[in-house]
Amino acid sequence: MNDNSGKMTDSVGIVKTKCFTFANPPDEMMLKCGKKLGPVTLAYETYGALSPEKDNAILIFHALTGDSHAAGYHSEKDSKPGWWDTMVGPGKAFDTNKYFIICSNYLGGCKGTTGPDDINPKTKKKYGLSFPVVTITDMVKVQKKLIDHLKIKKLLAVAGGSMGGMLTLEWLISYPDSTRSAIAIATTSRLSPQAIAFDHVGRNAIISDQNWHNGTYDLDSIPKEGLAIARMIGHITYLSDASMHKKFGRRLQSRDSFGYDISSEFQVENYLKYQGDKFVERFDANTYLYLTKAMDYFDLPSRYGSLTQAFKNISAKTLVISFTSDWLFPPYQSKEIVKAMMNLDKDVSYIEIKSSYGHDAFLLETNHLTKIVKSFLTNLKLNDGK
Amino acid sequence: MIAKNNETYFFYPNYEKILSIIEPKSKVLDLGCGTGELLQRLINEKNVLGRGVEIDEKNIIKCIAKGLSVFQGNIDEGLAEYHDKSYDYVILNKTLQVTHKPEFVIKEMLRVGKKAIVSFPNFGHYSIRLNLMFTGKMPKTEILPFEWYDTPNIRLLTIKDFKTFCTKYSFKILDCECLSRTGRKIKFCFLSNLFAQEGLFVISYKKI
Repeated sequence: MNDNSGKMTDSVGIVKTKCFTFANPPDEMMLKCGKKLGPVTLAYETYGALSPEKDNAILIFHALTGDSHAAGYHSEKDSKPGWWDTMVGPGKAFDTNKYFIICSNYLGGCKGTTGPDDINPKTKKKYGLSFPVVTITDMVKVQKKLIDHLKIKKLLAVAGGSMGGMLTLEWLISYPDSTRSAIAIATTSRLSPQAIAFDHVGRNAIISDQNWHNGTYDLDSIPKEGLAIARMIGHITYLSDASMHKKFGRRLQSRDSFGYDISSEFQVENYLKYQGDKFVERFDANTYLYLTKAMDYFDLPSRYGSLTQAFKNISAKTLVISFTSDWLFPPYQSKEIVKAMMNLDKDVSYIEIKSSYGHDAFLLETNHLTKIVKSFLTNLKLNDGK
Repeated sequence: MIAKNNETYFFYPNYEKILSIIEPKSKVLDLGCGTGELLQRLINEKNVLGRGVEIDEKNIIKCIAKGLSVFQGNIDEGLAEYHDKSYDYVILNKTLQVTHKPEFVIKEMLRVGKKAIVSFPNFGHYSIRLNLMFTGKMPKTEILPFEWYDTPNIRLLTIKDFKTFCTKYSFKILDCECLSRTGRKIKFCFLSNLFAQEGLFVISYKKI
């Protein structure tokens, strides 16, 4: 099953994660919470070629549990490509024949970027809960360092979905002159109490796991159960009533009639269990705590007094996309963003894609997104220099 | 839902008229902007700050490809995303006949815009009258080509009807253009309801 000759044709192929380290002591970076952190290592990948004028770079932000591996394969043995391979590659929405795509793992992450899972050089022990609480603002600040390091003065676009959309908005506000455009997909300027509630239950599942030990767990006894439950809750929020009907119905997994016991019988149960089990193999429990907390804290209207105030100085052409069945990041939240920008006479477009996939739509509605993103980026390219 | 099928929908050239009405550098919101032709011309030729509202995703993609800023929305649901008097002109170009709530839509236009430009096919045109009289069937024309059961054009009105409507709701008619098929102005005003294919009105509230 490792014949990759077919899958490589519209793929960026074999890619390698790169690293960039900065904020070496005594020049640690100051975080929003008031604490200092350093050194900071950032894991990132790039696809396509940077133009000599350095004007074709697009920075992509991943979702909560994503990483810098957005496209292609790390080795020929990989069964799955990067998380947004449907959108990033030759001829795809983020066309690597035209654009230089950058994606980096967030601060606090567990995929190569400094996070609670890493060793604190001062104590030679894992950070765990001694890792400072990081915010979306901090995450964007770190990514700006990477863009500076790559000597890119102005990005062609920043783009991201879900939590990645939050970073997109944060970038627009923090560095208004450093991107020509932005694409914010299935996102919000602040989570609803409902979404915070789900995050809370997820975090609670982790910290209630007897292996969690205040975040000091060892690799051989991680808080598996808690993390798996957190993931299962997450997955429920990413789907919709309609998509669950379509995907599982009330079908039973491996029998024709009820067994009248309390074991898992329904297909939907099996799916959640599979997602939970798969997740604990690749994700760190403390990271889940830190990143969901960062999402919960993100609140542009409160920070600036109003959304209008928040977007006052942005200059990029912006495209906001939502999905009709997304109840985790509902369309009304996207509309609030657009409304604020429109009333400031900013260049903003809004599309609400009809989809039954729920929040997951931003990873699944590839056909719609490809057409939309392509026409948006093509126009920017046409208007070069204007 | 408002739907316009651009393949079969007959457009005749009233863009020139609208371009001549709108002052340079004004702020314009085009409701039901379609694929953005008018909006693009207004931006290019009149240097306006132009925005659009459109319901159809395919049309919006075409607008975005032109670099236009468009909001996907159903104008029958109102313009909640827009502040009062935030535009100089709000345009409803040949879209009135497909709205479910024309009165609400026009009130929303005048809430958001200082002036509204409304155009619609004139159902009082003599060819339509004759057609109905001689065939006894709902008239189909180049402009209104659909069967009664599948037409998006659910509000068929005449120029006279619109004037009555404006009086009833206290909309002030600042300009009324009665246009022929080719977009030319009908010379004799008293015959306009008979000979105009299209009515184009600029309206405002009585007090601006």
